[in-house]
Amino acid sequence: MVQEQAQQKVSIQFEDIAQQNESYIVGMWTFLVTEIMFFGGLFATYLVYRVANQQTFWEAHRHLSIPLGFFNTCVLLTSSLTMALTVHYSQRGLRKQQLLWLLVTIALACTFLVVKGFEYHHKFVEGLIPGANFRFEPAEHMRVAQLFFSLYFAMTGLHALHVVIGVLVMTILTVLIAIKHPSVQDFIPIELTGLYWHFVDIVWIFLFPLLYLIPR
Amino acid sequence: MTNGHDTHSHIVPVKVYLLVYVTLLVLLVATVGAAYLPGHHTLLNNVIALTIAVVKAVLVMLYFMHVRYSTRLTWLWASAGFFWLVIMFILTLGDYFTRHWVPVLGWE
Repeated sequence: MVQEQAQQKVSIQFEDIAQQNESYIVGMWTFLVTEIMFFGGLFATYLVYRVANQQTFWEAHRHLSIPLGFFNTCVLLTSSLTMALTVHYSQRGLRKQQLLWLLVTIALACTFLVVKGFEYHHKFVEGLIPGANFRFEPAEHMRVAQLFFSLYFAMTGLHALHVVIGVLVMTILTVLIAIKHPSVQDFIPIELTGLYWHFVDIVWIFLFPLLYLIPR
Repeated sequence: MTNGHDTHSHIVPVKVYLLVYVTLLVLLVATVGAAYLPGHHTLLNNVIALTIAVVKAVLVMLYFMHVRYSTRLTWLWASAGFFWLVIMFILTLGDYFTRHWVPVLGWE
């Protein structure tokens, strides 16, 4: 494919540009592997309790809003597309499109957090925050329902924290690109942020059906 | 250590990204639709939901995360995480799902 491409400089410790790019990308994947194991522990915990308490988890999950979860999944999938487009235009060295799609990605990430905030607020009003004020009907299922909501808040909360970190990193990148900082002449910082962002998307791809779509 | 191709990195065309995106949205609708299937097919519903989630994750990894166009070392690293994850799941679930085979007081 012949098209314009951003220039990359080879740092002194690398043989050539292919080796340099591979080192950065493998390094990022190493971090992502630790993240996979980190979230994996929570998913394993969830599965063990879900299998043991299928019926009560089904009752508890009906307090989650499927339309809001569906909307947020769409938002996050779209933000993955716009992040991929950011990387695409960074590789081609087209600065304006790169900035545009990066800003769209940040806006979508913030939309996700705002919707999540409304969902959390709704749980708070309904008394579904685990703790002394936790209320659940029928009362005999309260302990297991509280377990479900503990897992819900731990998993979506940790995921939301990752979204917040993603927003911070993308905002820093936007500023660096806007002031034409030399560190973002190379597309690799954008590519690595993209890898992180798509990972956050993958976590949500599993969270949504597991938490929001529990069959009876 | 080069990948044997040209020194430039592979640029995925916008069309491919859009196609993957549309597929992901269709799969999302399919997941939600499957959850509303009439009748109680707990196991079937779980299998459908998780299969679709795995397909979506693989699509994101191959295309959005460029694993399909990456070097073999990247392939190895990208699969290593999931390989270890599978080990953790098999050992953990293998324990919990087989406990009732040999009942021991205080283990239930």
